[in-house]
Amino acid sequence: MSPHAAHTVAALAGPVLDPVVDLRRMLALHFMVNAFRAGTIVAVLAAVVGWLMVLRRQSFAGHTLAVVSFPGAAAAIWLGVSATAGYFAGSIVAALVIALVPRSAAGRPGSQESAVIGTVQAFALACGALFVSLYGGFLDGITGLLFGSFLGVSDGQVLALGAVAVAVLVVLAAIGRPLLFATVDGPVAAARGVPTRALSVAFLLLLGCTAAEVSQVTGALLVFALLVMPAAAAQQLTARPVVGLALAVGFGLVVVWVSLSVAFWSPWPVGFWVSTFGFALYLGAIGWRAATARYRRRPVRGTGVAGERVRARALSSGAAGA
Amino acid sequence: MAEEVTTGTGPAVRLIDATVRLGGRDIWSHVDLDIDPGTFVAVLGPNGAGKSTLVKAVLGVVPLAGGRLEVLGRPPGEGGRDIGYLPQRRSFDPGMRVRGVDVVRMGADGDRWGLPVPWGAGRRTRDARVDEVIDLVGATAYAGRPIGELSGGEQQRLLIAQALVRHPRLLLLDEPLDSLDLPNQAAVASLIADISREAGITVLIVAHDVNPIASALDGVVYVARGKAVSGTPAEVITTETLSALYGTPIEVLTTSDGRRVVVGQPDAASHHAGAHGHAHDHDHDHGERR
Repeated sequence: MSPHAAHTVAALAGPVLDPVVDLRRMLALHFMVNAFRAGTIVAVLAAVVGWLMVLRRQSFAGHTLAVVSFPGAAAAIWLGVSATAGYFAGSIVAALVIALVPRSAAGRPGSQESAVIGTVQAFALACGALFVSLYGGFLDGITGLLFGSFLGVSDGQVLALGAVAVAVLVVLAAIGRPLLFATVDGPVAAARGVPTRALSVAFLLLLGCTAAEVSQVTGALLVFALLVMPAAAAQQLTARPVVGLALAVGFGLVVVWVSLSVAFWSPWPVGFWVSTFGFALYLGAIGWRAATARYRRRPVRGTGVAGERVRARALSSGAAGA
Repeated sequence: MAEEVTTGTGPAVRLIDATVRLGGRDIWSHVDLDIDPGTFVAVLGPNGAGKSTLVKAVLGVVPLAGGRLEVLGRPPGEGGRDIGYLPQRRSFDPGMRVRGVDVVRMGADGDRWGLPVPWGAGRRTRDARVDEVIDLVGATAYAGRPIGELSGGEQQRLLIAQALVRHPRLLLLDEPLDSLDLPNQAAVASLIADISREAGITVLIVAHDVNPIASALDGVVYVARGKAVSGTPAEVITTETLSALYGTPIEVLTTSDGRRVVVGQPDAASHHAGAHGHAHDHDHDHGERR
């Protein structure tokens, strides 16, 4: 039985609302196991890379890299090559294009960058439409490319996703600290000998690979559901880097697992569920932060009087904190 | 620090007939300058005169077009660990969700590759040092809050802590008092002076306005019209020296408490009247951006 048919049969039967039974029925289908494997890999990768992307204010670049995977995949299908290769080719080429845009000497991402990114994105979408029309008779597939599909993730695809994810995470572990330094405090990092420009190119390439990975589960247009929402929600809740990363990964995993389970029993696309749960999480995080903000605020912003205290402390350095 | 024995006697920074050219324009040329170790020296002068460029040359980020420059007895750019740097700011984005203490930690080991070992001895030493410098600048109360939510003065203190965290022998501060209100200017200035005196660190501070730091200064470098003049404040901040440097009449007044006030400085006067803020970040030191 094809994944489509198997899914239709299962969805028509409906859940019995016993979690153990439903889970067992779902995971008895090999394509569903693969969907969970792929979703898990993608959720972890997207949360980690997304956390840095949100901190670097490069969400627009991330979105474009994801959108560009669509023409890549469409072209691959049209040419009869594997769609996975197409996703990666599209995103990596676009990452290199964006990386070539000169940044202002001061190190801030200039307005020029977003103009170039927007241009690349529009052109890429147009190319995607062209490839789809050249291929012809491919209407079913286009929804999957744009809005995601968990049906028919092959073992080979899971393996490719896993290998790329491990590679990206290993590189990120190696360059993570200088990258964070360059992100938060570019001029000082540069003065300390951190190659900020090279790191920014490297990060765009990692972001491209990640966007291509996520696209294969959520579809090109809904990549943000996993790339931005868990990371942004985590950053609402904490400013600690390690806790933030862990939270983002946790959020990503929960969103993917819940979405896949719900999508399995529903006729609606998985991308919709991932986005909806991600959005709910983000709203919840904002609400939580707003609700707790008033307890965390200090009564006095004690800067004006600080001079004397500063002196006293400077003279008695080494004493435990106030 | 083993080098201290060999380099401790010479000047902390020495320029000999030095010239910096950016975009085909000489920013300043034939500058001779000695900054003694352990001194607190201000770099003063009008906007665009090349004050920040001087700091960047000392850092090794901007190359010399001629002459020689020695920093802690070595060519510029090789003093890495021994130099603390606070660039011209720049305040953090209010949405920057990273704590002050994280920013200080980055000064300690943010340039290292690879993942940190979570419970190593190095980690404990680092954290102890980070706490120590945060306490030194009086930022303990708010170091755990996101840096973007802090006031300008609080951010500046944490950035000074970041510059200090590696026990630098030379501290380069580019307009650390800029964009602070008056009480904060005085507090941060006295903090820097204390650090310089107690830890014996050479401090080179770029400033618009000499008044908040005047009482603590050991030396002054005045940069204007492609030249630089250095000496003690009493030697340099005089009607004769400054008028010659600017090529226009400048008057230095001495107040009743012994402070020197510069009057008629071509651009600083209008600058302090207002229209200041962040706009001047952009038109400053045009050289680097061309």
